[in-house]
Amino acid sequence: MASIFQGVGTATTLSSSASFDSNKFHPSSRRSLSERKVSFLVVRSDAAKMNPGLNKIGGRADQLVTNAVATKPDTSAASTAASKSGHELLLFEALREGLEEEMERDSRVCIIGEDVGHYGGSYKVSKGLAPKYGDLRVLDTPIAENAFTGMGIGAAMMGLRPIIEGMNMGFLLLAFNQISNNCGMLHYTSGGQFKIPVVIRGPGGVGRQLGAEHSQRLESYFQSIPGIQMVACSTPYNAKGLMKAAIRSDNPVILFEHVLLYNLKETIPDEEYVLNLEEAEMVRPGEHVTILTYSRMRYHVMQAAKTLVNKGYDPEVIDIRSLKPFDLHMIGNSVKKTHRVLIVEECMRTGGIGASLTAAINENFQDFLDAPIVCLSSQDVPTPYAGTLEEWTVVQPPQIVAAVEQLCR
Amino acid sequence: MASSSLTKSKTSIIHHLKSTKFPLLYFTNHTSSIRNSHNLLHTISSPPLPVPRCATSSRINPFIVFSRCFESVCVGRRLHSAASASNDVRQFPAEAPSQQVLDFPGGKVKFTPKLAFTSGSTEERVPCYRVLDDSGQPIIDSDSLKISKELAVKMYSDMVTLEVMDTIFYEAQRQGRISFYATTMGEEAINIASAAALHNDDFVFPQYREPGVLLWRGFPLQEFAHQCFGNKYDNGKGRQMPIHYGSRKHNYFTVASTVATQIPHAVGAAYSLKMEKQDSCVITYFGDGGSSTADFHAAVNFAAVLEVPVIFFCRNNGWAISTPINEQLRSDGIVVRGKAYGVPSIRIDGNDALAIYSAVHKARKMAIEEQTPVLIEALTYRTGHHSTSDDSTKYRSIDEIEQWRGGQNPVKRFRKWMESKGWWSDEAESEHHCSTRKQLSQAIQAAEQVEKPTIADMFNDVYDVLPKNLMEQEAFIRKTIKKHTQDYPSDVPL
Repeated sequence: MASIFQGVGTATTLSSSASFDSNKFHPSSRRSLSERKVSFLVVRSDAAKMNPGLNKIGGRADQLVTNAVATKPDTSAASTAASKSGHELLLFEALREGLEEEMERDSRVCIIGEDVGHYGGSYKVSKGLAPKYGDLRVLDTPIAENAFTGMGIGAAMMGLRPIIEGMNMGFLLLAFNQISNNCGMLHYTSGGQFKIPVVIRGPGGVGRQLGAEHSQRLESYFQSIPGIQMVACSTPYNAKGLMKAAIRSDNPVILFEHVLLYNLKETIPDEEYVLNLEEAEMVRPGEHVTILTYSRMRYHVMQAAKTLVNKGYDPEVIDIRSLKPFDLHMIGNSVKKTHRVLIVEECMRTGGIGASLTAAINENFQDFLDAPIVCLSSQDVPTPYAGTLEEWTVVQPPQIVAAVEQLCR
Repeated sequence: MASSSLTKSKTSIIHHLKSTKFPLLYFTNHTSSIRNSHNLLHTISSPPLPVPRCATSSRINPFIVFSRCFESVCVGRRLHSAASASNDVRQFPAEAPSQQVLDFPGGKVKFTPKLAFTSGSTEERVPCYRVLDDSGQPIIDSDSLKISKELAVKMYSDMVTLEVMDTIFYEAQRQGRISFYATTMGEEAINIASAAALHNDDFVFPQYREPGVLLWRGFPLQEFAHQCFGNKYDNGKGRQMPIHYGSRKHNYFTVASTVATQIPHAVGAAYSLKMEKQDSCVITYFGDGGSSTADFHAAVNFAAVLEVPVIFFCRNNGWAISTPINEQLRSDGIVVRGKAYGVPSIRIDGNDALAIYSAVHKARKMAIEEQTPVLIEALTYRTGHHSTSDDSTKYRSIDEIEQWRGGQNPVKRFRKWMESKGWWSDEAESEHHCSTRKQLSQAIQAAEQVEKPTIADMFNDVYDVLPKNLMEQEAFIRKTIKKHTQDYPSDVPL
């Protein structure tokens, strides 16, 4: 999996074998689909072989070859290499941009979910896409998460690349059976005959007084499911990059967005970029302590980091981004440097991402730790509605500062 | 990041909620009623809420409330919005009560002054379509397709092959040679005749009692055996229980043990056919038990809304393990559910091969030409046990089983028809039985000798490429095996 974007060769070998399968799979009446598939794969592997006649994907194929499988560029390199200065947008717009670019590039990409069509999605991530691509490709569904997730899986097994939106991540609990038993398993149990390139996405996390049922952190429930990948976005830049990577991945990917981060503003590059699904993001290099976090807690950590810097500490902040699997390479290098780890998460104490990450670091890097790993999480309580109580279920910057001070004593 | 921008998203959504034109396709004729809807929004939806609603229960949708209050029996809500409700009534023209009609989303609805509930059950059950009578003779004037001798012979012989396959594999399980098996006894006509009416490029989403469809499409007996033994020649690489067949080549999607999860998959597949304007359809099979699941109901509803070419084939065989049909549902079987969801449906004799053939043929045509789902309920009987882990004599009488195994037996009925046409004989029967038994015994013997998939296949295909953590786990297990070779099975290669 790690080789998908770093090793173009490996990825394309797999892709080309898939194309032969698709030729067998689709009898003559479906020839047009398999031809489209072949041309898409050819573009990725060798520009010289590109068949212009079959290239229905669009004129941007030329640009795609150079950029499509790039690993995440340094933000500095991106800004100097950019011919234009980039454009500013909000996180939900970045997600939409990623969606739109992928839908433009590959006609098999479609969106399925409640109110994603003309309503544009409850957080406007799919706004404008239904008028552009039609009601069928941006599909509004009745209220049955398990059924439309199952539908997405069936469509994926046939060759489409659906993006399944949960209006709120918590609703995907209804789709757990399909996600766990089918999405994660059918590629394996079918002996590799059928693949499920779906993206399951939606807003989760603790919002502003949305109540217990709408403040779920599903990453803790899903992390055990074999066969899926999980990523969490936190900035417009990584939101767009991860969305594109997730859509292009042949594995089922769950993309966790956060309800409170949709209006974050950032300037992102104009040229196309795709991020690596399995990489973490170095937010702030440092020497004293490694702070691992993701999604909204990144911002609480950065706020705490300001205070910590003033107090003379030098925290290294890593947004882990890839929740399954963990980027133990970057995390390991950081632990070897600082010898102290603080995990800040929004999941509940029991069975959250932090719990798994603590175990993974302890197992792999125990020799490099000077102190036990500290994990700050939410309490094991349903999120209360009352604003003050809700605030206290989520880890706050002062707690992070106190934890670092304690850790670095 | 700043809290102001975050609350802004919430208010912008509410603003959107209040100002957008909602499913006004339903309300375009009532401009006055739209004004009232905004009044109701103010009275009902307080305090301001973002769009989310509870997944499981009532949805706070002002429009539903509005439309119910239109002429509703929802007294409670009326009190809530008494002021606005009275406005509603005044918007309607003053016609005679008997002529008033409600222009409601979905079509006009006539009013009635009679307080009468539609009964939950009907006097007369939906009739069952059949072509051959109990003794295998064609019913006069039955609507049915003529089939050629060649087709009929293939159908009959495949039904017999299926019967023999079931018998032999069941025996093999009893002998301890395979771990598990489930027969299709009593449902051979459903398996073969429905497959015969489809084309090879129609996609099949089976439950687990439809191996006959694969058989019809040319899946070799040897490969059935390989899957049951979970050896290295199994398509599924030994990862699933026996009878969990799957073959991409034959457009037959791998069986998953979960009941009815394939029904939404089928709808998704039909959606992809519709997107690509393909000239084929999807069929999905499930039992009477499967029709109780949430997946069934939601998927049928979806298919109706999406208008996709999928055939929902329900094998109503009377039993869901030990649950008889009258403890499974109280409607008139499953066929009436089609109407409830707006799906054309039919009830057919599931032990009549010709009826099944004609019905599926027609359903396929409808599904593709009209881009509609179709529901078929085939009445049949599960003469075998649920599986090798079940002894059905514990919950049903042997007499009942024998009765269905006798006269109603689909294979026997079809045979009678075949013989009356001069297309089959006793010699043909014994010859076919003999050769099939021989083939199957050989297949089983061969499959038993083949080694199992390697350890690598435990980790492959979880993802497209083996990730680092699985590589580590595989390395660890290989190390363990090396250390304790004597504890490791000899027929699983490394």
